[in-house]
Amino acid sequence: MLVVTALATVFVRDLFAVIMLFGIYSLLSAGFFLNLNAPDVSLTEAAIGAGISPILMLGTLALTRKSLAPSAIKSKKKAWLPIIVVTLTGAALIYATLDVPHFGDPSGPAHNHVAPRYIKESYKEIHIPNIVTSVLASYRGFDTLGETFVIFAAALGVLALLGAIKQGDADDYRQFSDTASLRRHNILHVISKILIPIILLFGLYVQFHGDYSPGGGFQAGVIFAVAFILYALIYSLSAAQKIISPLFLQITMVIGVLLYAGTGVASLLNGANYLDYSVLGQDALKGQHNGIILVELGVGITVASVMLSIFYTFAARALHTNETSEAK
Amino acid sequence: MDTIAGLFNYWIVIVLMMIGFYVVIADSNLIKKIIGLNIFQTSVFILYISVAKIDGGAAPILEDGITNYVNPLPHVLILTAIVVGIATTALGLALIVRIKEAYNTIEEDEIHEKDGTL
Amino acid sequence: MMNLLLDDLPALQVMLPLLCAPLCFILRIKGLPWLIAFVTSILTFAVSFMLFNQVADGDILSYAMGGWAPPWGIEYRVDRLNSFFMLLISGIGVVALLFARKSVDSEIIACKQSIFYSAFMLCLAGLLGILITGDAFNVFVFLEISALSSYVLISFGQDRRALTATFQYLIMGTIGATMILIGLGFMYMMTGTLNMADLATRLPEVMNTNTIRTAFAFIVIGASIKLALFPLHIWLPNAYSYAPSVVTVFLAATSTKVALYVLLRFVFTVFGAEFAFGEMPLQHILMFMAVLAVLTGSLCAVFQTNIKHVLAYSSIGQIGYMVIGVALLTTTGLAAGILHVFNHAIMKACLFLAIGCVYYRHGSARIEDFKGIGKTMPWTMAAFVIGGLGLIGMPLTVGFISKWYLVIAAMEQGAIGAVTISIILIGSLLAVAYVWRIVEVAYFNEPTKEKAKIKEAPLALLIPTWIMALATIYFGIKTDFSVIAATNAATTLMGAK
Repeated sequence: MLVVTALATVFVRDLFAVIMLFGIYSLLSAGFFLNLNAPDVSLTEAAIGAGISPILMLGTLALTRKSLAPSAIKSKKKAWLPIIVVTLTGAALIYATLDVPHFGDPSGPAHNHVAPRYIKESYKEIHIPNIVTSVLASYRGFDTLGETFVIFAAALGVLALLGAIKQGDADDYRQFSDTASLRRHNILHVISKILIPIILLFGLYVQFHGDYSPGGGFQAGVIFAVAFILYALIYSLSAAQKIISPLFLQITMVIGVLLYAGTGVASLLNGANYLDYSVLGQDALKGQHNGIILVELGVGITVASVMLSIFYTFAARALHTNETSEAK
Repeated sequence: MDTIAGLFNYWIVIVLMMIGFYVVIADSNLIKKIIGLNIFQTSVFILYISVAKIDGGAAPILEDGITNYVNPLPHVLILTAIVVGIATTALGLALIVRIKEAYNTIEEDEIHEKDGTL
Repeated sequence: MMNLLLDDLPALQVMLPLLCAPLCFILRIKGLPWLIAFVTSILTFAVSFMLFNQVADGDILSYAMGGWAPPWGIEYRVDRLNSFFMLLISGIGVVALLFARKSVDSEIIACKQSIFYSAFMLCLAGLLGILITGDAFNVFVFLEISALSSYVLISFGQDRRALTATFQYLIMGTIGATMILIGLGFMYMMTGTLNMADLATRLPEVMNTNTIRTAFAFIVIGASIKLALFPLHIWLPNAYSYAPSVVTVFLAATSTKVALYVLLRFVFTVFGAEFAFGEMPLQHILMFMAVLAVLTGSLCAVFQTNIKHVLAYSSIGQIGYMVIGVALLTTTGLAAGILHVFNHAIMKACLFLAIGCVYYRHGSARIEDFKGIGKTMPWTMAAFVIGGLGLIGMPLTVGFISKWYLVIAAMEQGAIGAVTISIILIGSLLAVAYVWRIVEVAYFNEPTKEKAKIKEAPLALLIPTWIMALATIYFGIKTDFSVIAATNAATTLMGAK
């Protein structure tokens, strides 16, 4: 299935279809992850790969398609070069797999060196059942801190590239949004009124129950963002921005990263190594708990505000471009 | 026969990887390049998660009475990598929007024509 | 209290700029983001200086992030190699930021400057994070921090080609990072660990497998893309040329250097020189590519009309010299390569700073704009000439020192050495050609009428430029510091088998 969808993306030229296919591809991989007993990864891939990315891609498509004549399909001059590169790389990879431990083989070195300690000791050392959360937030918490800054960097980039051109544009959006048909559907309004609070509640559950069940800051953050994106799609961008303004998001994303990094500083000031949570409570276990809750919250806040902020920026740009093209 | 069955999963992943890689380097449309990049990355994620699999292992959430779990470490790494991936995608898409505004096209060949380079 | 923080220097090295980034972003009072960034960069430089001294006699500092002992947690590991690189990178950061205030004001609109400084600090933190970490996966994470923030920085360029250049860089960079990720995945499959020191002890057992050979190839290719080693350099010239001036200064002097470090670290420390050069034909491949890089890079530089392009292609050639040093595979060769990293960073920074001054006054950096500039902007041009002499390899500049050591290292080898020396000579002659072309236009052409009125660059830009120009001469005469540091770094690498 995955191969078929992936292949289809090569041959289909209609970009809309390609994006849809990519969404399906992500969803299939999410299912595959679940099959491989990786529920945390599956949840994330479903939310990001099949949720956020296609929305952003469609947004880009909407922004770039306007007044663009379908490009003449050109004969690919140097088509042989990519094929050679790809074949060589693929061959190298196949060659590499000849010596790897077989799929699912428990005696592979990957399962017998570092990992067993996480499985055997993490409950004693950190006292939460979800091993992925323990490793993510504590053992390898610094990686997670790094990646929180990666998405922060992405938000910076999107704001720098597409950020508001001039103040006062926001007022014009309202007129435009009234004409859009999606926003006139009463049924959608009713359903969304029920659905969005449920999504938000689910987000909160994923955030704070991440210690026990699959989930945690990332997943919750994405789910939160999706709820608001839905709201913005059904009502209007300006309606969503009235509830959460873009500036507010910029502040919360800073709060999010600082909360994570600050937790680390708190460990430092308490005389432990950076991000060592064991000094953040009466005893080491309590401290680990507090630390993990704080950094997961930091991740959640950052991810939600970054994703929503990126969506706002794309959407605002779309409205802006539409207006200018209509004005012409 | 045993080898083939044991490695089949990885080979599928490699095929996926190469499809994505091909789209990135061969397709001239910028949006498709980004999608190709995503397919390439997602298949690397699948590779990692496949590494984590242990036959009969349960999801890595501790429960009484279960001792055999799949390896949690690759899961953590891939969570990180997924988020890095979406960050790159978002930035790439934002660039595409600006490129469209500046060049009025998102086909690589046409951009080169307009710049008179290459 | 003070003592406590001293123990945590490795963490502070990266956390200072990292924490500073969100502050720069949110505190949007005019001038404040710059001030925060500048002060932080000085502190960061101080930290790297202290770290450099702490490990100067060969100790290795290990710092366990989160208090978890490696290989379970992430380890920061400082030795004589990366402390030298960190000193260089954070130093360049300070000078670039000193230059930034005026230059950024003229090139980037006020309301986006806070984003600019924030991205700049993220980039600095990312590069330092790659250098200091002892964990292979952590390298990937910080590689992405520095990569994403440098895409943001380059896209601030005023020319629309900055956008396409960034896009191309983004695609190439992500492919490179993903290749490294694949390589790490294979390594993890075979060893079960991600810690570099641990990998080095566990790899020999599984060395003779296809998997590890392929992992090695993927990591080398991934790092070479980031390093812009010929023929994987195509992203570099445009990215450097269309970025804002400060960004070019900073990235040209740092990011490829850090990529070279990644290559060195994996090849020598993780895989071990014996495997890399005995088992795999890396020496010949690297030497071949490096020689081609020197020749094509320098040759392309001669024919460019945009001065930034000239220098960018020259960088590709200069990267070739560094890799030649590495591929000689002796401690002296390696030391020469690392020395050239240091020296090239200084002179390229000097050159790009001088061009930044010209850009500030002229709004472009085409070769026509340099007509008569020797008269209208004498100080800027003098700094440019010093940097240019460095590129050629004139005595009394840093360029001479690194070529001198490279030649000495080459002479120890037989036939390869002779070829290398002739390549270095040809490269230097080509450098004479492309530098002279600019100097000729600058000093022997009369400025056009409207250009004749243009004044010398403001002091705020000249000071950082001249700091680097003086450094070009200082480290070209007083070589103890850089040569000893580079030799120490090389010994550490070679000893870490």
